[in-house]
Formats: sequence, structure tokens, C-alpha cells
Amino acid sequence: MFENLAKAGKYLGQAARLMVGVPDYDTYVQHMRVTHPEQTPMTYEEFYRERVEARYGGKNGTSRCC
Amino acid sequence: MTASSSGATGKIAWFFVAILGAIALGYIALNRGETINAMWILTAAVCVYLIGYRYYSLYIADKVLKADGTRMTPAFRHNDGLDYVPTNKVILFGHHFAAIAGAGPLVGPVLAAQLGYLPGMLWLLAGVVLAGAVQDYIVLFVSTRRDARSLGELVKMEMGTVPGIIALIACFMIMIIILAVLAMVVVKALTHSPWGTFTVAFTIPLAIFMGIYLRFIRPGRILEISLVGFVGLIAGIMLGGQVAASPTWAPYFDLSGVALTWSLIAYGFIASVLPVWLLLAPRDYLSTFLKIGAIVGLAIGIVLLMPDMKMPAMTKYAFGDHGPVWTGSLFPFLFITIACGAVSGFHALISSGTTPKMLANEKEARLIGYGGMLMESFVGMMALISASIIDPGVYFAMNSPLAALNPSGLADVAAAASATVSNWGFVVTPDVLTNIAADVGEKSIVSRAGGAPTLAVGMAQIIHGALGGLGSMSFWYHFAILFEALFILTSVDAGTRAARFMLQDLLGLINPTLKRTDSLFANLLATALVVMAWGYFLYVGVVDPLGGINTLWPLFGITNQMLAGIALMLCTVVLFKKKEQMYAWVTIVPSTWLVICTMSAGWYKAFSSDPAIGFFAKANQLSSLLASGNFKPNAVFKSQEAVERVIFNNQIDGFLIVFFMIVVVVMIFFTVQACLKALKSDKDTAVEVPYAPLPANAEDILRGAVH
Repeated sequence: MFENLAKAGKYLGQAARLMVGVPDYDTYVQHMRVTHPEQTPMTYEEFYRERVEARYGGKNGTSRCC
Repeated sequence: MTASSSGATGKIAWFFVAILGAIALGYIALNRGETINAMWILTAAVCVYLIGYRYYSLYIADKVLKADGTRMTPAFRHNDGLDYVPTNKVILFGHHFAAIAGAGPLVGPVLAAQLGYLPGMLWLLAGVVLAGAVQDYIVLFVSTRRDARSLGELVKMEMGTVPGIIALIACFMIMIIILAVLAMVVVKALTHSPWGTFTVAFTIPLAIFMGIYLRFIRPGRILEISLVGFVGLIAGIMLGGQVAASPTWAPYFDLSGVALTWSLIAYGFIASVLPVWLLLAPRDYLSTFLKIGAIVGLAIGIVLLMPDMKMPAMTKYAFGDHGPVWTGSLFPFLFITIACGAVSGFHALISSGTTPKMLANEKEARLIGYGGMLMESFVGMMALISASIIDPGVYFAMNSPLAALNPSGLADVAAAASATVSNWGFVVTPDVLTNIAADVGEKSIVSRAGGAPTLAVGMAQIIHGALGGLGSMSFWYHFAILFEALFILTSVDAGTRAARFMLQDLLGLINPTLKRTDSLFANLLATALVVMAWGYFLYVGVVDPLGGINTLWPLFGITNQMLAGIALMLCTVVLFKKKEQMYAWVTIVPSTWLVICTMSAGWYKAFSSDPAIGFFAKANQLSSLLASGNFKPNAVFKSQEAVERVIFNNQIDGFLIVFFMIVVVVMIFFTVQACLKALKSDKDTAVEVPYAPLPANAEDILRGAVH
């Protein structure tokens, strides 16, 4: 029961962050560890800054509709 | 869903959904002349959405697109944990919906309510199932098969360089018109409303505080600071009530339309050159969460309150062409007034933007593309309900231009408006108008065009009623205004930035140094050009004594639907090139319908001889008035300059419409050419990334994303 609630909370948190353009940090770290073990992953702070720049920096074009 | 629908029980369940939908639709159809409950509309809509999703989108997935669940997606191919991340479908649905849902589906249906609720309701349902959701879904699918490329690149790849560049220029110009019309909705809602203006202005220091917190105090802790921000917003609304009541402070926030316009233009420029972390990003967080929360709250409110629809199913304006909110006949103007919610070309940019980079499996594009658009249509339906539960007399008094409501310039505006609207056949007393204004804490609600205030009155009634009278009407009214203004302003900032990059790309074709986004000069120049472009349309719309919304909104609707037509033409070309032309009717039918609607609406707006409809006819009518020497300043036109300005603007609008019509004709030519070429070839000529299987551990990678 509590496990399910915690899982649902985690889902909701991830969904809310992705709505504003920040994907899951743990997934990123795991991806870096598996595919690029020779590189140091960004810290959460660096990761967050990078995502903010990417969302509004024009690289991804329009992020929202009318 | 697939598991439960495969068996006999599933079939029976779907049979009952169909029966329920048919009963609800039948009830709505047979109860003409009597008020019906909004729940009938909501039930009919949900049944249509469910059946459209279960049957039609499955047909598109299996037969037309032949979605392949084993095929590699860009999210896995380019997985970098940042832009390309295989994402759980429910989470991605939230992301996609938050990106497509904006002010469009809230404003269009409110304006369309002048015909009564039935025409708007039927177009929202038919449009989304057969056109809007089809477009969003197929563009998402096409982009996913092509490494998540953008719409402009897709057109270039499949149709050629020239159509690609035309599509890019058209996108840029549509963007400018969208920014202008959205900004105008905010100006119309905040004019001489110190309460509203204060709460919206209050979000600027609030967002800057959040930005500093996110940058320096606890970097990147979005959710906790958004919660703080939300409390700040509520405090801001309450404080706004105090400010509006204070004789010392209220005058500072009691601004005219022109003053608000200049503030917005200055603000748009500053906000889009400031570092994004300071203002844009934190306000985006507030507005996104508030938007989702308000939409969910509105849905719960309607279900709890079960309000009656006060607007008739069809008003007399459905049968004529001189409605006060906007002019023109039901066909074609209904189909361009409700753009977002039924079909929106702008979604093609989102469906070929960030979403395909995160799609884990192309089978899930159906839920996200088709399902996401159904959800937006549901939002449009709720807006239509909110506008239809208020008294029709109040609706027309709020949404008609002042020149129509108070043609002789009487001092008592409420009395003039009630006399005019009652004369149209929607009886309303001046007391009702002044009482509602007092309830929502405004000086006047007469001629607050633009949709937002009407929706706010409807939303305030629904939420206030559903909560059993908790909070005051004026609180919920300003909550609703803030909710709309906040995400419109976020769209204006972010849109100005995005348009600036688009413009820099286009200017780069002329002079390569202007393309450099790290050059301060190039940035400021491009930003200034973009702000001037939408600021121009905003300004002339606000000072237009005949009401800018009924000029700008059709322009926006026509261009947005044209973009949808172009996106569906691209989908048609792709189907022909894949040798699936026998299924291409799925995109040809909606595309043809959109071309018919937009071309005839464009033709009317440009060349109708009726000055109330045609831009050039209006310009000519006013020119001959000036030439005759009979012009005298009156309540509508205060000076000769005002007339000259309206003449000039109508000419500009007319030329713009003609330009867009030419774009559509050129795109039709390229589409037919590409389809004929594809027919001659006997093999698949679509430019897809070749088949590769998903990685064997795809499930594990995806589960890693959710643990």
C-alpha cells in the first residue's frame, strides 16, 4: 500500500518535472554510468541548468502552443 | 485497454458506451427550445472521444500507418538522458498535453458560443476525431520515423526545398499573429481592472524570487518552490482585492488598453532578452502547474455542480451573418473560430518537437498524439460549457464591441448595453450587468471581449458553486483571469524567443552573421523585430474602435487552420510515397475540408463586398466616407486619424490573407506533384530511417526510467 503510494508520488513528480522540460535525473545518471562510464555525469545542479538552457535556448524550437 | 477490448466482455462494454453516447446526443438533439443540463453535453463528448479513440485511431495505427512495436525509436537510437530519453507513456502524455494545451481551446469556443452551443459542440467533436487528432497523431508518427525532425525539415525532406522554406516562413508569420492575438486577450481582460492588473504584475517579482531561489539557494528544486509560488499567487489575488479597493493604490494599476499594450510590448522585449532562469523558466513552472490544476478543477466543478445550459442550442446568428461577437456566416467561419480544440496546425510543431524524442515505442504514439488531442478537445468543450451556462444577455453584453453596444456614446454604459442586447432578443436588465460586475469585483463587465473574462465569469460560477460557496465570486473570477493571463504571458515570452530564433535562421539566409545566437547585436535586432511585428498587430487591434478581436481572431483562425491543412498535406504525401495511397483518404478528407473552409473564409475576409466582413470593403467604405467630406467625429471614430488608421490596417490584414491563400495554393501544387511522382514509382520512396529492432533490453531501460 505505502509502496504503491510512494511509487505513485514518484510518477507524479517525474510527470510534473517533465511537463516543464526537466527529465528524470536518476535516469540520466544511470544512462551515463552504463553507456559512458569514462565520463563524470553532471551534478543535479549542472543538469538542471543545462535543461533550462535547452528548453528556452531555441535549440528545441517551440515548446508550447497557442 | 487492448486487453480488455479483445474479449466478448470488452465488445459488450463498447456497445454500451456507443448506446450511452447515442442517447446523450439524441437527448441534446430532441430538446431544442428547452434548457438542458451540461452533463448531457459532457457525456456525449466523452462517449464520442472513447469510440473515436478505440476504433478510428486503432484503424489508423494498424491499417494506415502499420505501427510496428518492434521498431527502433529516436529515443533509444540517440538516448542521451537529456533530449532523447525513452519515457513512460503516461508521463510523456502529461508532457505532450501540457505543451499543446494553451489559451486557444479556451478562447475559440467562447467566441463560437454566439451561434449557440450546438454548432460549436458538433464541430469540436467531428473536428477532433476526424481532423485534429489525426493530424497530431500522424505528424508525431512521421517525425518519429524520421529521427524526430521538425515540421519544416519534414516538409523539406518529403516535398522539396522550396515548400520547406515556404512552410518555415508561414510558420513564422502565424507565430507573430498568435502572439498578437494572445496578448490582446490579456489586454482586453485587464483594461481598467486594477485587481487583475495587480495580480498579473505581482507574478513578475514572484517569478524573479523563484528564479533566484532555483539558481542560487536550492538549485533545481522545482516542485518545492512552485508550491511556494502557488501560495504567493493566492496571496497576490487576495492582495489585489485590497489594492483595487484602495483609493491610493488602485490608480497605479488602473490602466487603459493603450497603456497596457505598451507595457506588454516593453515587457515582452525585456523578458525575452533576460537570462531565461530569472523570469521565463520560473513563470513557466507556475503557469504550467496552474493550468493543469485549473483544467482538472474545472472538470470536477462541472461534474459536481451539473449546471444548466442557458444559451440556446442555436441563436439567430447561426442563420445570418451579422453576429455581434464576430461577423460572417456559420460556414465557413465557425470552422476557423474554433481552431484549437477541434484542429490546430500549431500542434504539428509540437508533435514534431520534443515529444518524438522521448517516445519509447511507436505504438504509443496513438495514445500520446491522438489521445492528447482528444484531451484538448475536452478542454474546449468545458470552455464552451462555461460560456453557455451564463445568461445569454450577459454573454452578448460582455463580448460585443462597445461601438455596437453603445453606438450613441451614452454615459450609462450598462443601461445602453442592456437596451441594445435586449433589443437583439436576449433580455437583460442593467441591474444584472452591474450586479455581476460588483460580484466579480470589477467596475464594468460590458464589452470585455476576447473570451477570457467570459470564461472567468463561467468558471467562477462553476467553482464557487461546486465548492458550496467557498471563497468569493470575485476571488474565483480573478483566479481564472490570472490563470489565463499567466500562461498567455508565458507563451508571449517563450514565443517571442522562439520566433526570434526562427527569424535569425531566416535572416541567416541573407547575412550569415545575423544567424549567430551568441551575438548580442543580432539577438537584440531579431528580438526587436519580432516584438515590433506582434506589437504592431496588438496595438492596432487595441485602438480599433470596431473591436480588434473580431479582426484578429479570424486572421489567427484562418492561418492556424491553413497550417493544419499543410501538415495534413505532408501526411498525405508520406502515405502516397509509402504506397499506402488507398488509405490516404484519412488525411485527404480533413485536409480538403480545411482547405475549403480556410480558402472560403479567406476569400470572404478579403473580398466580400460587405464592409462588416471584407477587409478591403471596409477600407473602401471608410475611404469614400473621407473623400465625400461628410466625416464628422462621432462616438465610434473620434478623429479623422482614427479612420485613416482603420483603413490602413484593414488593407494590411487583407494583403496578409491574400498572401496566406497564395501559400496554400502553392502547397497544394507541390502536394499534388509529389503524390503523382510517388504514384509513378513502383516502390516505397518515403525517406524513413531504415528499420532496426528496438534494443533487446528496451523494457529494462524504460523501467529504469520509472524504477
